[in-house]
Amino acid sequence: MTNRPAIQIENCQFRYQPDSDKALLHIAHWQIEKGETVFVYGPSGSGKSTLLNLLAGILIPQQGNITLDDVTLNQLNHRKRDAFRAQHIGMVFQRFNLIPYLTVADNIKLASHFSKLDKKHLQQRTLELMKALQLEVALLERPASQLSVGQQQRVAIVRALVNQPELLIVDEPTSALDSDARDSFVDLLLGQVQAAKATLIFVSHDRSLAQHFSRQLDIQSFVIAGEKHAV
Amino acid sequence: MLFKLAWKSLLARRVSVLLTILMMTVSIFVLLSVETIRYQAKDSFTKTVSGVDLIVGARTGQVNLLLYSVFHIGVPTNNISWQSYQEIASQPAVAWTIPISLGDSHKGYRVIGTSTDFFEFFRFGNKQPLEFQQGKAFDDHFDAVIGSEVAKQLGYQVDDAIVLSHGIANTSFSNHDDNPFKITGILAPTGTPVDQSVYVSLQGIEAIHANWQGGVQIPGRATPNVKDLQPQAITAFMLGLNSRIQTFNLQRQVNEYQQEPLQAILPGATLMSLWSMLSSVEQLLLLIASLVLLGALIGMANMLLVSMRERRHELSVLRALGYRPSFLFALLQIEALLISLAAAFTAFISLQLSMYVLKDWLLQEYGILLTRLSIINEFMFMLPMVLIASFVVALIPAITAYRQGLHQQLNL
Repeated sequence: MTNRPAIQIENCQFRYQPDSDKALLHIAHWQIEKGETVFVYGPSGSGKSTLLNLLAGILIPQQGNITLDDVTLNQLNHRKRDAFRAQHIGMVFQRFNLIPYLTVADNIKLASHFSKLDKKHLQQRTLELMKALQLEVALLERPASQLSVGQQQRVAIVRALVNQPELLIVDEPTSALDSDARDSFVDLLLGQVQAAKATLIFVSHDRSLAQHFSRQLDIQSFVIAGEKHAV
Repeated sequence: MLFKLAWKSLLARRVSVLLTILMMTVSIFVLLSVETIRYQAKDSFTKTVSGVDLIVGARTGQVNLLLYSVFHIGVPTNNISWQSYQEIASQPAVAWTIPISLGDSHKGYRVIGTSTDFFEFFRFGNKQPLEFQQGKAFDDHFDAVIGSEVAKQLGYQVDDAIVLSHGIANTSFSNHDDNPFKITGILAPTGTPVDQSVYVSLQGIEAIHANWQGGVQIPGRATPNVKDLQPQAITAFMLGLNSRIQTFNLQRQVNEYQQEPLQAILPGATLMSLWSMLSSVEQLLLLIASLVLLGALIGMANMLLVSMRERRHELSVLRALGYRPSFLFALLQIEALLISLAAAFTAFISLQLSMYVLKDWLLQEYGILLTRLSIINEFMFMLPMVLIASFVVALIPAITAYRQGLHQQLNL
């Protein structure tokens, strides 16, 4: 572990059509330290997903650098970016995190397949995470499609954390949950992130959750900033 | 992981996958049967007769003469007189002859009037002689020798009595029941029309027709003393020469024979011309079978492509976990491979089963002998072709998955 920031974005520009000047995301400077939990909000279509895809190395900015710890994503080829994501980034989506016809155990193995840990440690880590997220061990052998939405989302966290990633990216994970489940979900998630000493990017349009996080980001500040710079 | 994922994903979509496998199975079955029968028919045909230099019959088409004299398919147009037969057989160039007299049957099996030379000189396959499984050649006029399939199907033993029927229909109402024949021998299996035939002496044929006229029995006319019987005519005869150099010479002599319009054919050359006639049909069958397979393959590609829509999330999850687009490509290809393999083996097994059921019928009706080995050979030859074709066609969904993996964002 170096003392470098978890995320450092410098002078970054992204647009979907390289020759259009619309839907531009412009980040002059954004830096997140290790262990921070960041709440990203903004209306839908404002570029939240775009930011996540940039951080995950799925999208590449036309300009500028995105650096995670000591790796500059946009300087890697796509094969190395995929490998980096497998090892260092955990992701949880709004829904459909699990492959329905695989068992919970197989769904987790999809991620731990890339882990450098040996089988025994992986097994142990899986069981620990299951327990911490209040999932019964018996669920491991059930097909993912038989789980409730809340259980599926918690399994998704287990899977995202099993490889001990430095960065966890979570996209509207609570939108399918009712309000009670939502609060306990966020609590469990933050507890595990802290235990794993990971950095968390949490995207939601639900501002009532913002209080749980160490930092907040209005995605529109990037867009507006971009427009200002573009002029 | 790749394999497990492909397998489980196919299981999860089992109904549409099973239908696709079924469609592929049917098409591979058709292709495999066409190929097997094509190969086997050719093989059986060329094995049916060997060592015969010329076949002589009444003037008719070359192929027709070959078909009725060797394969017992079709109806002879005319006979040749005993005199002409004797005259040609006595030529110094001729080593041996086998007379053939057709026109009667026994329970659907052809009855062939011939001489004991048949058992001595006839060769099939790779110049193999005929062998007796039981008993011996006919000796008396009312003796008969039967092929192995006749014995097997009708459950005959040596010394059983059989009644011949006039004509070659499966059920004939005019039976030669006044003169039953006794089985003296059963031939060993040959895989040729010989297995489907009943052999009697020419005198026997003559005797049962002596009190007949115009295809019906004349009541009151007694069977003459069989010792005096001299055949009036035969249908055709096969002959072997002392030296094959004389083949064309003798063929010309027969074709220019003055007393009677005769024709001599070279069995090998006529077989070749028969095959070249059939080859366009054969090619057409193969083309149709291949097109059916192509249709099924496109159906499979379409099924996989349609499934990509409902699997959008799945592919996105795999990408988020760090699986590369080439993994998605391989996933789709392995699914296609599994479907093709399942279909190919199902087709292979069903073909084996149906061949087992239809074997006797094919041999009986068309003189085609199917061996298990030949199906296995065809299959081994065809399987890689099918898999390559499946790979090529599955490139469409696989490349789509690859591109989707490369460009799709992870916004679910």
